[in-house]
Amino acid sequence: MTATASSPALDASRAEFYRNLYRQMLLIRRFEEKAGEAYAQGQIGGFCHLYIGQEAVAVGSIAALRDDDYLFTSYREHAHALARGTTPRAVMAELFGKETGCSKGMGGSMHLFDAERGFLGGHAIVGSHIPIAAGAGFAVKARGTDQVAVCYFGEAAVNIGAFHETLNMAALWQLPTIFICENNRYGMGTALERSAAVYDVAQRACSYDMASERVDGMDVLAVYETMRRAVELARSDHLPTLIEARTYRYMGHSMADPIHGHYRTKEELEEQKARDPIDQLRVRLVDAKLMSDADVDAVEASVQEEIEGALQFAEESPDPDPAVLDQYVYQS
Amino acid sequence: MPTITYRDALNQALREEMQRDPEVFLMGEEVGVYQGAYKVSRGLLEEFGEQRVVDTPIAELGFAGIGVGAAMVGMRPVIEFMTWNFALLAIDQVVNSAAKMHFMSGGQRSVPIVFRGPGGAALQLAAQHSQAFESWYAHIPGLKVVAPATPYDAKGLLKSAIRDDNPVVFLEGEMLYNMKGEVPDEEFTVPLGLAEVKRPGRDVTLICHSKTVTVAQRAADQLADGHGIDAEVVDLRTIRPLDLETIVASVRKTNRCVIVEEGWPFCGVGAQVIDDIQREAFDHLDAPILRVTQADIPMPYNKRLEKAAKPSPERVVDAVRRVTYLDT
Amino acid sequence: MATKVVMEALSPTMEEGRIASWLKHEGDTIEAGDILAEVETDKAIMELQARGHGVLRKILLAEGGTTEVGSLVAVIAAEDEDIADLLAGTAGGTGTAESSEPPAAPTREPPAAAAPPPVAGGATARVKASPLARRLAAERGVDLAAVTGSGPGGRIVKRDLEGPGMPAAATPQPLVSPIGSYEDVVPSQLRKTIARRLVQSLGPIPHFFLTTEVDMERAAEARASLNALGDAKISFNDIIVKVTAAALQQHRECNAWWQDDVIRYFNEVHISMAVAIEDGLITPVVRNAHAKSLREIAVETRALAERARERKLTPEEYTGGTFSISNLGMFGIDEFTAVINPPEAGILAIGAIAEKAVIQDGAVTARRRMRVTMSCDHRVIDGATGARFMQTLTRMLENPLAIVW
Repeated sequence: MTATASSPALDASRAEFYRNLYRQMLLIRRFEEKAGEAYAQGQIGGFCHLYIGQEAVAVGSIAALRDDDYLFTSYREHAHALARGTTPRAVMAELFGKETGCSKGMGGSMHLFDAERGFLGGHAIVGSHIPIAAGAGFAVKARGTDQVAVCYFGEAAVNIGAFHETLNMAALWQLPTIFICENNRYGMGTALERSAAVYDVAQRACSYDMASERVDGMDVLAVYETMRRAVELARSDHLPTLIEARTYRYMGHSMADPIHGHYRTKEELEEQKARDPIDQLRVRLVDAKLMSDADVDAVEASVQEEIEGALQFAEESPDPDPAVLDQYVYQS
Repeated sequence: MPTITYRDALNQALREEMQRDPEVFLMGEEVGVYQGAYKVSRGLLEEFGEQRVVDTPIAELGFAGIGVGAAMVGMRPVIEFMTWNFALLAIDQVVNSAAKMHFMSGGQRSVPIVFRGPGGAALQLAAQHSQAFESWYAHIPGLKVVAPATPYDAKGLLKSAIRDDNPVVFLEGEMLYNMKGEVPDEEFTVPLGLAEVKRPGRDVTLICHSKTVTVAQRAADQLADGHGIDAEVVDLRTIRPLDLETIVASVRKTNRCVIVEEGWPFCGVGAQVIDDIQREAFDHLDAPILRVTQADIPMPYNKRLEKAAKPSPERVVDAVRRVTYLDT
Repeated sequence: MATKVVMEALSPTMEEGRIASWLKHEGDTIEAGDILAEVETDKAIMELQARGHGVLRKILLAEGGTTEVGSLVAVIAAEDEDIADLLAGTAGGTGTAESSEPPAAPTREPPAAAAPPPVAGGATARVKASPLARRLAAERGVDLAAVTGSGPGGRIVKRDLEGPGMPAAATPQPLVSPIGSYEDVVPSQLRKTIARRLVQSLGPIPHFFLTTEVDMERAAEARASLNALGDAKISFNDIIVKVTAAALQQHRECNAWWQDDVIRYFNEVHISMAVAIEDGLITPVVRNAHAKSLREIAVETRALAERARERKLTPEEYTGGTFSISNLGMFGIDEFTAVINPPEAGILAIGAIAEKAVIQDGAVTARRRMRVTMSCDHRVIDGATGARFMQTLTRMLENPLAIVW
């Protein structure tokens, strides 16, 4: 059985790093709340999948990466782009479909891209980006460089063929790729135990003799440490890892879905909220006197200001010129 | 000029492009140690090593996606499908990933990849192995679709496809691999998006591509010998983007047109070509355009039935006699 | 501060929502995040969350009621806060809480019965011919009704129009086309020779130019008094379009196309109007300009120019003109020559209207003047022909009442 990584002790010399993780998670939380409101007001269209509750996974794992690494995500990816450094303005403008958006208004919520930061897309066909990420890993190995390719997907994707085909080839060819399964328990409204014969996602790596780790996805420091080990393995030995981060989403599958519906209870939701990743880190940092109440307030205020700025930027940005309609179909 | 096979022309194109650009690699089932299911990749493993000539498990979706990912970070993969029938397992990567990435990212990343392999019916391979998928891929904005008919075009077009910054679906003719033709030693490419008049004529335009170019040429010979009809043969070479200019110029000259293709009739390539012609050359048409396609059925195994289901020079001659009002 | 509770867009396709049930009631204390109601969308039953705190003061849409996304359905406010302003002017959806009366079913005009399409050629049976045969017949003036078709079902095909007995060229015959009626006249041998020689000496279209200066005082006065009426702004250009069309009606010899085998004289005037767009030039066409009022022309030219700049013109809107006008007056150009827009045979180049000293009744006086240059296709228009047209044009511009004369 795969062991679940436990939370590391705090190191006072890294207070700045912890505070930064805290700010990133809070930024994502507030961003998503604002996106939810803007969606309700019709300013954001299409499908919009919020990440509230899962912040520790994106923030903890991306903190362990280098600027030249590659990231591929599913369609619940606002957080990954933000954690990677794409500005809230560029992400919010993309949700609004504006030409200043990180995908110039062509992609929307499910297709954020920021190639400069190695952020190669939100992909909206479940599982389709798993082999694509391994392809970036393939290129790294072929070129003899030492980046890693990271792939985020939900636990519902592990039952699709692409996942198995890819894990097999990644292990066979030793591709420096890290597969992070964000196990939030539900694929839309279907619980993992109702869709998978093997409940333990990390265990799936055994089939391909691949390294795997399970981690508490509500604990940002545990996620960070787990990711650091996987990155080390990929960089030095070109070896892939499957990480299962056990987490929970507070919102419905998308903005068009009920928050708990028939598939989970309010009690379960409340129970999970008690493990909130942002609250947990704040309490630890305040208890350890690495952050004061005044610091907490200051972070909240600066995050609020940044999000308001992003909203205003998105609202005021122009729509793409209709002349670009067919501009991006082919590279000329 | 040397005379070589279509297969060797493709092999030369792969070898030359891999020599020219270290980012080009070939991946697929049996491309390496086995030397290629149809021997298109013969000798490449020995020359370029297993990092660049990569044998895969039977996992079309997975290795097509790995190709897309490598292309997104700037490599130039050539993904070989043992046949296009198996590529249906990978069509998600071709249609949902490769064709969309440049668009969805607002132009930030293109996918310079070639998906290639044999398509169309060979001999008695029955329903699941005898299919021409040109129109499926040509339907998709973001893809380019190429189907060469001669060794010269096969080499020149594959080199262009590998150098193109967009995903290219490159459909080879399974029955064409042994076809011989002149291919110069010196470097050349054939640009994507250009049709070619393979035989000039006055009375009727025969539009074709891939294997049906031979069918059309044979029909043109019969028409000239026994029917007094001078047929022009237009080889599309690239299905998307379609070279409307050459097609329309020919039909405006001949006033009549027959389209010959290996695919099924419904929503086929010919249906699209007819749509363009009726718009661009309506007042030049002296007869409705006819099509000669595969029969609208899965391919039967029995040899006589198979022959009856395929486009043939005889069926083309019949269609031409009707559009020229020699038969009604 | 009061919080408006609106029907939220709870699915990407949702345009209206129905309140399935209110989970909170008027007077309940509300915290942000509380579920106020269940809303039935086009996709699912969703929860409507409170986005503010206070007391649920007013419910505006009863259970079962449906309303558009964005409409106010309730108000949350402090116990004693005045919410009258928020409630004023709210029109709920169907099933407003205050009134349970069902709204009157919307009445709709019955659609007008579609008129049967006019049958071309009255009761005569349709002639079957290939598109090519139709085009050849039209070009050669052959009446298809008189031709026996050899194709399937008697379809007339190209070969039926070839061979002995079939004319290679047309006999004059008025035809009806989408751009109105016209007459094709076969040029005489002399005219053909002139055409050939002029092309050889001057290029594909043998241009020549006629310039005149027009006194625009009265046109300016007419414009000012029309604009004083106030409902549509008339420009000088509109007046020039109108007057040119009127003058062309009197000079059909300038309202024509060179068609190689024939010269096509049009009975209607369709003015092509050169409009500069970002990277070029396009010529939207004011159709039947001779038959339109100045006001109609003003409205239409503005709409066409705008659509031209937005690149929204359809081919029908920029082809099929019979005569062109290019106006560079707004750029301060005094006088210029314009290139003919083939197959049209003439184009007017309009310069700026400027005050000039002229001698009138023996005294020097300031008058608004405008220089107009006509480019003519010499294959169609001779010097004197063009000059006569310019004379009429000048007279009409100098006395705009002539338009209605």
